[in-house]
Amino acid sequence: METSQGITLAALAIHFLVGLSRAMILFIVCSGLSFVLGVLRVPNVAHGSLYMIGAFSAFSIFTLLGGGAVAFWAALILAPFVVAIVSLIAERSLFKHLYQREHLMLLLFTFALMLILGDLVKIIWGAQYRSIMAPEFLRGSFPLFGASLPRYNVFLLIVGPLVAIGLWLFTNKTKIGKIARAAAVDMEMVGALGINVSWVFAFAFVLGCFLAGMGGALVAPTISITIGMDHDLIIEAFLIVVIGGLGNMWGAMVGSLIFGLTQSFGVLFLPQFAIVFPYTAVVIVLLIRPKGLLKSVW
Amino acid sequence: MLDVETINTYYGLSHILFDVSLKVKSGQVVCLLGRNGAGKTTTLKSILGLTPPKMGRIRFKGEEIAGEQPFRLVRKGIGYVPDDRRIFADLTVGENLEIAAKKAAGREDWDEEKVYKLFPTLKGFASRRGGFLSGGEQKMLAIGRALMGNPEFLLLDEPTEGLAPALVRSLGETITRLKEAGLTVLLAEQNVKFTLKLSDYGYIIDNGRICYQGTVKELMEDDDVRKTCGI
Ligand SMILES: Nc1ncnc2c1ncn2[C@@H]1O[C@H](COP(=O)(O)OP(=O)(O)O)[C@@H](O)[C@H]1O
Ligand SMILES: [Mg+2]
Repeated sequence: METSQGITLAALAIHFLVGLSRAMILFIVCSGLSFVLGVLRVPNVAHGSLYMIGAFSAFSIFTLLGGGAVAFWAALILAPFVVAIVSLIAERSLFKHLYQREHLMLLLFTFALMLILGDLVKIIWGAQYRSIMAPEFLRGSFPLFGASLPRYNVFLLIVGPLVAIGLWLFTNKTKIGKIARAAAVDMEMVGALGINVSWVFAFAFVLGCFLAGMGGALVAPTISITIGMDHDLIIEAFLIVVIGGLGNMWGAMVGSLIFGLTQSFGVLFLPQFAIVFPYTAVVIVLLIRPKGLLKSVW
Repeated sequence: MLDVETINTYYGLSHILFDVSLKVKSGQVVCLLGRNGAGKTTTLKSILGLTPPKMGRIRFKGEEIAGEQPFRLVRKGIGYVPDDRRIFADLTVGENLEIAAKKAAGREDWDEEKVYKLFPTLKGFASRRGGFLSGGEQKMLAIGRALMGNPEFLLLDEPTEGLAPALVRSLGETITRLKEAGLTVLLAEQNVKFTLKLSDYGYIIDNGRICYQGTVKELMEDDDVRKTCGI
């Protein structure tokens, strides 16, 4: 805890861990955005909307199932699949026809989709604040250096690396993952190997959106779920993906860590300017490495 | 096996192929000779549907295929080795082969082991990224990758380009072996000596038009034709 003398070591440690756990959610969402950017070359502005739909779906599932521990886990697991279905419909009906368009077109299109999805969310869930509650054993906090670390943040610190490992295994060890990597670079040649690239793209898109939904579901117990959370996220997410290196999963991780940690320490050192810190970090990174920290696939 | 009938192909507004016709019979190696920019690559790409012809017909195993998507044609038994290789640089040699693997109904399958047996050089590089291979090694990999799809008919675009003479010779043996194993090949080349040794029948293309066709014997003997066609 903070003392009147200034910032204690404990507060530093707590802020570090909280920042780290927030970075895990950012990573999960951004790795999805980055994957879609890398494989499909689509800068999906509507990615934040899918994150929001993930959170609202988690709320609905949670409430529908009575709000207990089971309801929580069901919400966490099923909400990303709800988002996956929404994204599959969007992909097969809309995105599929647009991959060959220029980036500006895609930006405008996905921006429009963001507005449409935002309105849909408002129609379905209304403008109230919603919330869900983590089960008993994820509530409260662990004592740490005389301060306390929320248990849910510890949970996020476990889930984040698991998702990273899962994603790594997927892209490097499964055939479809390898095909997706190949298609990211030369989709025509992938087609010339007898592979239906259209479905590879659909799969990659849905996977990316699934991760957005997962981020939304994971963040749900820590925030007020409300319309507008898509806008807050998408800007951060794009910045993270850009500073990390477009299409690079580890870049999404590095970018998320920079963002999450600078934000968290900003709150600690200069709370009234906290919001400035991550953006300053972005500017610094881009001045030093305009193409992002890690290798970009673009 | 393949019957191309008066196809015309464009890149945007520029007209590249003019009424190109050619036939490949099952079990043959047929070559398409022509100098740089003559239209060989465009012809192969037109057959595979990568640059679909605006006019004309293409039949493969009796079935009309013009306008079909490339991946469907590959599934029907066409293999493609592009002139610029197009190896997936970020994937390892093994992964390049693995993603191309496709079962063939009722025939003996190619697998990674068999490709490595055909190109022993590649074996040592199995876990190396494709981007780190030399041009010649990439050529072999491109051929191996196409074979992994178990094609009946192979479109082979300038396999000798940039290859050392020793490699060219062993490539010739490879193609002969593939032919003996029952593969039909359409071979686009500039290297006349190499190509005619392997081929059963040949076409010469220049400025997007087939300007000569004949048996290998006719092609070898007719120096004038080869000169006027620029090879
Ligand atoms: N992508 C392209 N866009 C426009 N013109 C092209 C393209 N590719 C090839 N061409 C032109 O088409 C003609 C035939 O090229 P190509 O089929 O590659 O010849 P070859 O394979 O016999 O060397 C050339 O004049 C070349 O400049
Ligand atoms: Mg060529």
